[in-house]
Amino acid sequence: MSITPVFLKTDLLIWLLVAAVLWYVLHARRHPHLLAPWIKVRRNGIAMACAMVLATYAAIGLLDSLHFRVTMQPVAPAAQAAGRAPPTGKAQLSVEVKSVLDVLIGVTLGQMAGKSEKTYSAPLATHSFAKETVERADGTQAREFPRLTSGGAHLKDTADAGADIAKRSVAGLAGGFVLWSLACLGLCLLIGRGKQPLRAWRGLWREPAYAPWRPVLITLLIICLLAALAVTLGSRYHLFGTDKVGQDVLTLSLKSIRTGLLIGTLTTMVMLPFAVLAGLAAGYFKGWVDDVIVYVYTTLSSIPSVLLIAAAVLITQVYIDTHADDFQTTLERADFRLLALCIILGVTSWTGLCRLLRGEALKLRELDYIQAAQAFGVARLRILSRHMLPNVMHLVTISAVMDFSGMVLAEAVLSYVGVGVDPTMNSFGTMINAARFEISREPVVWWLLAAAFFFMLALVLAANLFADAVQEAFDPRRVMRRPRPRLMEPKRA
Amino acid sequence: MTAYLLRRIGYGLLVLIGVNLITFWLFFKVNTPDDIARIQLGGKRITADAITKWKAERGYDKPLLYNSAAQGAAKFTNTIYFEKSAAMFALNFGQSDDGRDIWYEIRTRAGPSLAIQVPVFIVGLALYVSFALLLALFRGTRFDLASQILLVVMMSISGLFYIIGGQFLFSKVWRLVPVSGYDGVMDGFRFLVLPVMIGLIAGIAGSTRLYRTIFIEEVGKDYVRTARAKGMGELAVMFRHVLKNGMIPILTGVVVVIPTLFMGSLLTESFFGIPGLGSYTIEAIQAQDFGIVRSMVFIGTVLYVIGLIATDISYTLVDPRVRIE
Repeated sequence: MSITPVFLKTDLLIWLLVAAVLWYVLHARRHPHLLAPWIKVRRNGIAMACAMVLATYAAIGLLDSLHFRVTMQPVAPAAQAAGRAPPTGKAQLSVEVKSVLDVLIGVTLGQMAGKSEKTYSAPLATHSFAKETVERADGTQAREFPRLTSGGAHLKDTADAGADIAKRSVAGLAGGFVLWSLACLGLCLLIGRGKQPLRAWRGLWREPAYAPWRPVLITLLIICLLAALAVTLGSRYHLFGTDKVGQDVLTLSLKSIRTGLLIGTLTTMVMLPFAVLAGLAAGYFKGWVDDVIVYVYTTLSSIPSVLLIAAAVLITQVYIDTHADDFQTTLERADFRLLALCIILGVTSWTGLCRLLRGEALKLRELDYIQAAQAFGVARLRILSRHMLPNVMHLVTISAVMDFSGMVLAEAVLSYVGVGVDPTMNSFGTMINAARFEISREPVVWWLLAAAFFFMLALVLAANLFADAVQEAFDPRRVMRRPRPRLMEPKRA
Repeated sequence: MTAYLLRRIGYGLLVLIGVNLITFWLFFKVNTPDDIARIQLGGKRITADAITKWKAERGYDKPLLYNSAAQGAAKFTNTIYFEKSAAMFALNFGQSDDGRDIWYEIRTRAGPSLAIQVPVFIVGLALYVSFALLLALFRGTRFDLASQILLVVMMSISGLFYIIGGQFLFSKVWRLVPVSGYDGVMDGFRFLVLPVMIGLIAGIAGSTRLYRTIFIEEVGKDYVRTARAKGMGELAVMFRHVLKNGMIPILTGVVVVIPTLFMGSLLTESFFGIPGLGSYTIEAIQAQDFGIVRSMVFIGTVLYVIGLIATDISYTLVDPRVRIE
């Protein structure tokens, strides 16, 4: 058995984004003026706690962006001995593409992961949600709630479920605390450079002025406790129940995180180059360049965005249907649609930033240092990249961070309308969509909605609070208000 | 002023032509009528005859932009662009896939949309402005902090949950109002209460936060300090000065929304079964009825452009400096 990595288009883009962020971090470390606003963000306790939450989500999403296929047919032993693995004969590729997260979920949750029941079951239940005709030991038939195939299957008597759950919860909480303590110990050793970890700990807990560690550590504790609970309880019960076809809702929620993150980040990444270039060019060159760019973004922003997205997604769907041969697996098809959705969302959302940057460029070009550069005969492109761009980067950063949460929320709405991600793709939108009719059932199937609600709320709330802090640090003077949309832009700012 | 207005209207028309061309390009050039016919008829094993027939029935069998077979002006008028896209300027939207006149549907469905949107807009504006002013009055206190936290949390919840949660609590658990339906404004009042209420709650976070920053910005200005120096009380300052001046950006900012109220709300109408333009759009998207989607894109753009022109007019009324521009 050997493993073939699979690179989906969105995987490549997301890792490109990670590389870009890493480059920015390294770049900013060497430039105090770039670092200064981030140091301000670091002093904000709430922002750091939110960053911790966001980092956890990002880690899950990135693990889910490493895809591979398992080769079924074993490689010829002779070739293996030679240290090479040439494909003698046809290697049978498994159709199922897995991600590292799938493997991780499979290891920690065991047989609970993925589809393991027939239909709905409540969180931590041992019996199915729907009655079935069961044959008793004495040969008679009865309508009753059957035992679940995997949820609570280790119990001999289901009456012990309560005690077992309590025992596992305590074990989970204790395990989480141990995990957290180890993490803290590691941190203290790192900060104290291996000496006097206790003193380092006292320093951390007392909140030095440069970085409020306490909220971060408390957030980390909560995350550790929840993760450990998910392992101890989730490996024997369905922690969030199962959905209509018997899939574990915890698995679904974890798999949905990637989609939300991708929509939030890739959309911004797709639109940024266009928005920045067009906005700066319009403001700096003025004249006909300005007229054309303003006309293009006014026209695009005049179309109601949901309708433009709907139109474009319908068209993409038609393209996918007519070019079915270009996509080998359903995953590739869903991935293409996700990428198309990101691009379309980018097209509808770039106008705001573009308008903002144009106004800023109009102001900047009259400033002395730009005038001086012009007088010295610096090439215009160089003025744009060297003198204008660095001075609008704070606006770009703010808007990228602020747009994120809106995109995550938009995905859910679009999936409901039917123009979001592919129905086969895990996302919060498809989860809500699948569950919305079940609320009128008796008894209510609430756990799908509840899981989507909490996973989404934690992500979006953290993103919103973090964005507020970033905005405050980067631009404390001005309230970030997009300039009002207008039919004809004023020529002078 | 007249010249100024005419310039805006002219530019508005230019934008509409642009949108018209974009939708034409999306619906007829990126995807040819053949592709759409294949999807509509379903499956891959469609004969060429069936596609030709489908296109002929709907008038999609003509050249896109230029008809070389026709005579005189018909070279341009007897084309898909002229009949399907340019005709929208004359409010001729053609028929939907189930054979109904789209313009008639739009006219009859605008009423129910307004029955939800107008109360949400008017009550919402009053509610959000009062709440924001209250927060500005108590700025820096615990009440302000607690409200702000509440607003951020509310902002982070998807609109879908407000609707689903509202329907669950008010209709299913407490049985106060029917789950969904519509029966005119007077007779069907009980149908409208919940959607309007949910619309108000879902919109509270974004607007109140924005208005609060506008008021707080206003509080920091010199004229407020002068008013205080004269010995005016905090309440008098807030209501007589800050409220009045803060309302200028708020009112001119919402003008753009007024015409688009006709379009209705996609989610609310679809969940509550209100036969408005929002649910019309959703149904068209789900049925892949390209004719209706095209028409709604056009109507939506027209309303938005009207809103932009109205905003410009409102600015010239409020701020005389704009007129000189």
